[in-house]
Amino acid sequence: MKHHLNPQQWLILLAVMLTASIGDSLLAYGMAQVGPVSTAHLGLLLHALSNLWVILGILCLLGFFASYLTALSWADLTFVLPSTAFGYVVVAFISRFWLHEHISPYRWLGILLIVCGVGFVANGPARTEHATHPGVEVDPLA
Amino acid sequence: MTATSLFETWATILTVAGTAVAGDVLTAGAMRSLGDLDHIRARSGMIGAIRAVTGSPMFLLGVCSMAASFFSLLFTLSNVDLSLAAPASASLTFIGNAFAAKLFLKERVDSRRWMAAIFVCAGVVLLAH
Repeated sequence: MKHHLNPQQWLILLAVMLTASIGDSLLAYGMAQVGPVSTAHLGLLLHALSNLWVILGILCLLGFFASYLTALSWADLTFVLPSTAFGYVVVAFISRFWLHEHISPYRWLGILLIVCGVGFVANGPARTEHATHPGVEVDPLA
Repeated sequence: MTATSLFETWATILTVAGTAVAGDVLTAGAMRSLGDLDHIRARSGMIGAIRAVTGSPMFLLGVCSMAASFFSLLFTLSNVDLSLAAPASASLTFIGNAFAAKLFLKERVDSRRWMAAIFVCAGVVLLAH
């Protein structure tokens, strides 16, 4: 079992953090260009798929899912999830500095708490060692 | 808010969080039983890795749970304010995942990880303000 991550694995965790937040931001930017979609005009969703920003957002989110699954193959869920939460922090910075949105003091405090939370797990082992099996074969529902 | 609508509000939020936790735990369990994806990719290539992942019934069940969570979130948002539904379901998902990971995945959720879950949970709630 791996307890400490190598540089490539840290890069994958970084991809988990960045691709989700950047993908969401790209989708939001693209959908703002497409305009509001109502249930009466669901065809607009297909039209949205031709928007470059929406396409880039979907590609980013596919990258997120691939890197998230890769991370789960060598790290605990309770290690990876706070890392994904760090994406909220990235979104807040994108909102502030790219979209020029106002970030309230409550949000800055929330960002600080998430950073602290990620810091707690980042210093610990990435994966629980199961004494019964030295490999990776664990049936979680057994 | 009446008692019935309060119950419906929290029932839908709990459904979103419950299905999200099930999705996360099932996909995490599937990935753990498959082993290191980097090794699989090195051995069988990208197509082999994709085939290994999508051939896992537990993974597919996890994806179905995630889809159920997404649609139940959409349903919730049609009845409940975003400012309540999004942070409440995200926070409950973080705490629920810590319990489920300990219970089903046998992860060692030590005080550091509990603190992380609580801090992230509180942070998500504050971000919604």
